[in-house]
Parts: sequence; C-alpha cells; structure tokens
Amino acid sequence: MATAAVSAERENYLNKEYGIRSWLLTTDHKRIALLYLVSITFFFFIGGFMALLIRLELLTPAGDLVLADTYNKLFTMHGQIMVFFFLIPSIPATLGNFLIPMMIGAKDLALPRINLLSWYLYIAGGALMLYAMVEGGVDTGWTFYTPLSTAFSNTHVVEAGLAIFIAGFSSILTGLNFVVTVHRMRAPGLTWSRLPLFVWAHYATSVIQLLGTPVIAITLVLVVLERTLHLGIFDPNLGGDPLLFQHLFWFYSHPAVYIMILPAMGVVSEVLACFSRKRIFGYGAVALSSIGIAVIGFIVWAHHMFVAGISLYSALVFSILTYLVGVPSAIKVFNWTATLYKGSISFATPMLYALGFIGLFTIGGLTGLFLASLGLDVHVTDTYFVIAHFHYIMVGGAVMGYMAGLHFWWPKITGRMYPEWWGRLAALIVFIGFNLTFFPQFILGYMGMPRRYWQYPPEFQILNVMSTAGSTILAVGYLLPMVYFMWSLRYGKVVGDNPWGAAGLEWKTSSPPPTFNFDETPEVTWEAYNYDQIPVPKEAWLEQ
Amino acid sequence: MSNSAVQTESHESHGPELLHHFVSAEQQRNTVSLAMWLFLATEVMFFGGMFCAYLIYRTWYYAEFAAGSRSLNIWLGTVNTVVLIGSSLTVALGVRAAQMGKRKLLVVLLLLTLVLGLTFLGVKAIEWHDKYVEHHIPGASFSVADLVREYPQLHIDQRHAQIFFSLYFAMTGMHALHMVIGVGLFLYLTYHAWKGTYGPKYYTPIELGGLYWHFVDIIWIYLFPLLYLIDRKPLK
Ligand SMILES: [Cu+2]
Repeated sequence: MATAAVSAERENYLNKEYGIRSWLLTTDHKRIALLYLVSITFFFFIGGFMALLIRLELLTPAGDLVLADTYNKLFTMHGQIMVFFFLIPSIPATLGNFLIPMMIGAKDLALPRINLLSWYLYIAGGALMLYAMVEGGVDTGWTFYTPLSTAFSNTHVVEAGLAIFIAGFSSILTGLNFVVTVHRMRAPGLTWSRLPLFVWAHYATSVIQLLGTPVIAITLVLVVLERTLHLGIFDPNLGGDPLLFQHLFWFYSHPAVYIMILPAMGVVSEVLACFSRKRIFGYGAVALSSIGIAVIGFIVWAHHMFVAGISLYSALVFSILTYLVGVPSAIKVFNWTATLYKGSISFATPMLYALGFIGLFTIGGLTGLFLASLGLDVHVTDTYFVIAHFHYIMVGGAVMGYMAGLHFWWPKITGRMYPEWWGRLAALIVFIGFNLTFFPQFILGYMGMPRRYWQYPPEFQILNVMSTAGSTILAVGYLLPMVYFMWSLRYGKVVGDNPWGAAGLEWKTSSPPPTFNFDETPEVTWEAYNYDQIPVPKEAWLEQ
Repeated sequence: MSNSAVQTESHESHGPELLHHFVSAEQQRNTVSLAMWLFLATEVMFFGGMFCAYLIYRTWYYAEFAAGSRSLNIWLGTVNTVVLIGSSLTVALGVRAAQMGKRKLLVVLLLLTLVLGLTFLGVKAIEWHDKYVEHHIPGASFSVADLVREYPQLHIDQRHAQIFFSLYFAMTGMHALHMVIGVGLFLYLTYHAWKGTYGPKYYTPIELGGLYWHFVDIIWIYLFPLLYLIDRKPLK
C-alpha cells in the first residue's frame, strides 16, 4: 500500500488538470460523477428546504405560515425536485458513473461524450425547473394530473413539464451508457456471474430508464400540447380521458421507484459483504432478483389508480401483480440477512446505513403490500399512510443507500477518510430523525388525515408535532455529513488503495484513481466477493 | 482536455477514429451500434405512448376516426410513403458505397436522401396547410361541420373528431420533427463524406445515421395506414 507522501504525489483524475474548463469539458466518468454529485446535492437541499417549510406549516392545525396556494406549490415542487432532480440521478449518476467502469475494469464508460451531454441536459432541465420555481412555481402535485394540469392550473406547468422532459433525456442517456458499457467493456475474465451486484442492480435500473422514461417524456409533451395548443388528448371537455394520462404517467412513475431503489440495493449488497467479510449469500438469486424487479415492476402501475375508476377486474390483476413484485424484493432481504449470519460484522458508518436500509425498506415494502390490497387501499388512498409508505422507500431506502455508498466509496473518490465517529453519529441521527418524521404519518394516515392539505383537525396535532420535530433532526443528520465530507477533503486522513479491505476491482487501483482507472487492464480470475482471500485491514475505523 | 491530450499521444498506435478507451476498432463499432439500437428502442417507447392513445380512442370513437381519416388526402399520403421508402433505399445503397470506398457515389446518394427527405416534409406541409384551410386544426376555430354534412350516417361528435385530429397532428408532427433531425444529421454526414472521412475502414457514422433514418421511415410506415386507411370503403 502506498504511503501518504507517495500517493499524494501520484497523478490522478483530480490533480491531472486544474481549472474550471478542465471540469466543464471533461469526458472522464469520474469527474462527471463529481459534477453530478455537486449538482444533485444542490437540488437536494432546495427540495429539503421546501420539505421543512411544509413540516413547519403542519406544526399547527391552522394554516398560518403560508397561503394555501403557496402550500400547494411547496409540496408540488418538493416532489418534482426530489424525484426528478435528486432521486432519479442520485446513485446512478454519481456512484454508478464513478464506479461502474472501474468495477468492470474499463478505462471509461462506453460513450464518454454522451455521458457529459447527459450532465448538461440535467443542468438545462434543472435550470428550467428553477426558472419555473422563481417565476411562481407549479401547483398540480408532482403527478401533473389532468385536467387540473392542462385546463385549470394557472401556474408554470409548461416550464416544469419541459424541465422534466429534458432531465428525462439525461436519465435515458445515463441508462443507455451503462447498458452498453456492461455489455461491451468488461475486462477479460469478468463474466456476468462475476459481476458485482452493484453492477447487476444498475443494469436492471438502466433497462427501466431506457424503456420507461420515453413514455413519461411523450406524456409530458402531450400535456404541454394540450395546455398550449389545445390538442385534446386527456381533457374530457375536449373528448379526452384523464385516466389515459394516469396510465401513461404511472407506466413510468411506478418503475421510477425502482430506478431509485435498485441502485441502493446494489450499494447495500457491496457494503454488507464487505462489513460481514463474506460472499453475499445467494449471489445468483440476488442478481436475478434485480432483473425480476425491473421486469415485474413494469406491469403493476395501475395500483395507483384503484379508486380512479378503473374496472374491478383489471384492479384485481394489478393487485395480484403488485404482490408478486414483493417476491424478488423479499429474496434480496432474506439473502442479505443470511449474509449477516455468522459473518464477522463491523459497524462502520456505511454498514450502519446499510442495516438501516434493510429495516426501513422492509417497513416501506410491507406497507406497500397493504396499499396493494384492494380493500385497504380504498381506506388509506390519498392519506398520510401513502406519504409515509413511499418516504420509507425513497428516503429510508434510496437515500440511506446513497449515504451508505457515499461513505463507503468516499476514500476511493477523494483519497481521504471522513471522520468515522462523526459518521456514525450522523447515521444514528438520520435513523432517529427519519423514523420520528415518518412513522407518525402512518398513524395519521390510518386515522384519516388526507395528504396535500395545509390545515387539519386539532386531534391530529400531536402526531404532526412529532413529525415536524423529526424532520428538523433529520435535517441535522443530513447537514452533518455535508460538513464533515467537506472538512475531510483537506483534513481527512490520507488512505491507501483499499482502506476497507474490500473485494472488487475498484479497490485494486489507487485512491484517487488515475484518469484511465488502471495502469494495465486487469484480468479477472476470481469470483465476486472473495472475502476469504482478502486480509482484514488493521485500521482504526473498523474498530468496534 | 485530459482525454484528448492522451488520445493525441496514442493516436500513433491506432487510427484517429478509434477512441482511446476502446481496445479495438471492432469493439468500438460493436459498442456504438448497440448504443444506437438501444436508442431506437427508447424511440419505440416514445412513440408507443401515442400509439397507445390512438388504439384506445380509435376503439371508442371509431366513426369519428373513420371520418377524419377520409378527410386526409390519400394521394399525398401515398406519394409521401413512396418518397420515404425511396429514401431508405438510397440510404442503404449509401452504406454500401461507403463500405466500398466510393466517395462520390456516397455523396450523391446522401444528397438524394436529403432531397427525398425534404420532399416528404414539403408534402407534409401542404397537407397541414390543407387541414388549416378546412378548420381541422384543434383549437378555437376547430370545426368538422364539413364532415358532419358529408357523412350524416356516421353521427359525428365534434369533440371525438377533435381527438382524431389531435392525434394526427401530434403523431405526424413528432414524426416530422424526427425527419428534421434526420435531415440535420444527414447534412453533417454529407459534409464529412465529401471530405472523405468515410471508407471501408470507417463507415460507422453512415451506418448509424442509416439506422436512424430507417427507423423514422418505419414509424411512417405504421402511421400511414393507421391514419389514412382506417375505413375507406364506400358508405351505404
Ligand atoms: Cu407504484
């Protein structure tokens, strides 16, 4: 392992060139990943700020902090920014971008210039979204339901729709790049059955991005055309059918949940194996379950429409199919648990987040099954139960996975370690803050508090106060890593190539890696997660 | 730029068209052609949303769709279909010319493709203008009074007829947009073919451009019967 002095001098992707131009025109997947990291963090804090305003408004039963119209815009823009400008690109565009070429022993993604183009599209979409926001915002809910969005809303639906359309193409291009890369750029000896599960998860994600995103793109185009040129497609006054909009919207937006959660599952597989020092139990089942989730995930969308007036028989079919998609998810959870069994476990920060993921995702997934059952769904549709359910998946699942991955690969990305003690503290704060924010919302929803209202009856106040208190704790939990990650860039302990003693090709090159990742193209002769052959490092951050 | 610096250094060992992160020209060709096929798959899904809407509304509002379809100019539609198929032929021959290194033939074929593509767009513009004159463009001045008069036995509902024309303009408009992009793409290819960039060793861009052109062509092959040929038999 290189000593600090030597590795500081070694040429890598960060110190090879300096200046803003070298970043804005880069085609290096690692630099583009960092461009994405900075951009999505920016949008995360904007979306998060809106969430805090929402929670503050709900501290009291009366609508006293913001106007009702403002409240509508707050939850709409919170949803649109968090979904399309943070969660969808989060793990794939940052960690996936950075790691996939390294994990498969390639010099770069297959299409480096397309990769840069995808970032610029994201930025263009993001800029348009911010424009829509400062011009007065959107109030349709993140779902753009028609005819509200096409005939009644007086807000900036067109701008927001086009912003998401543009960002959608950024997402398509990322997915396309990953699929092509995994097919065509693998190092010699790296067969499909030796791929890290992170790569499998991203492969499945990319397929969804490729096949789902174009559908929401055309749907938003049709909304924009109906709103501007009065082409009647969805508006009943023009002879259209709003249900068609809902079908097309959810055809993408249900699988989009898997765009968010599958990469996080990939991260969890890597982290669990490393900190249990074991091969993932049931590697093949975990790999194929990613594909299974992607495939079945495409045929469950109408569970969002059980009370919208679809036929009972089709509702029945979609209910059964939704139960079915729980199977591959459960396969993952069981295999992860089995991996822990008799593992030599250390509770480093990434592991804390990964364990948090398993627990919270399980709760989110099981409550998803409640919602998939036709009878119960009627009772809790459009209540806080739904809000709590999908935040357990998206925040408790996807964001926890993102944090796990960010901590796990931070030393690889920067060559420096974050402060481990602070890391564990922040993980704990996030876990507590998250549950305090969202668990009460399950109860609120079950008691009948509807979503998207700025006021509520006084008997709901105690639980709402708990939720608001939790959200401030959660905010602290997210600000802390922001601070110590920045701190570590300068003061963090300089690490060697493989500070965790982890398996995987990305740990075989230096930290930070050179521009073309490997000095020589590696040849793979071992299976994935060969932890029995890797010595445990004697490092401070692994001590209990 | 870090990559280009390394690329220029190592271009002595391989041709300028091989990007540094590929091992061989073959790997590069296989990679970008897979990428193009995947992109076309996303395009299928993109148009798929509109085809789905078409399917549903055609089933519900068959009479209005039939009447709307009759109001389209079948001769101009047929001419355009022939024009597009012809352009696909010139593209296919162009790929062959590039593979055989016939520079002048390639340029001529690409120019022919461009002419055919622009012809299609011109004819399409005429058809749209006709619809404008007939008040068949959805919006405030939309009216199908002429169709109601012409086909009283179909009991046309104006709102349902408007759906047909909405879809007609959305689908042909989106197709025409793809044609415009294709024309831009082929202008670029023609310029490079003229400069002699392509030959037996390097013709991937022609191949990829061709794939795109064929795809846009195929979309029209579906649009033509779906929009123009719904029900043309004489009414009783
Ligand atoms: Cu869903």
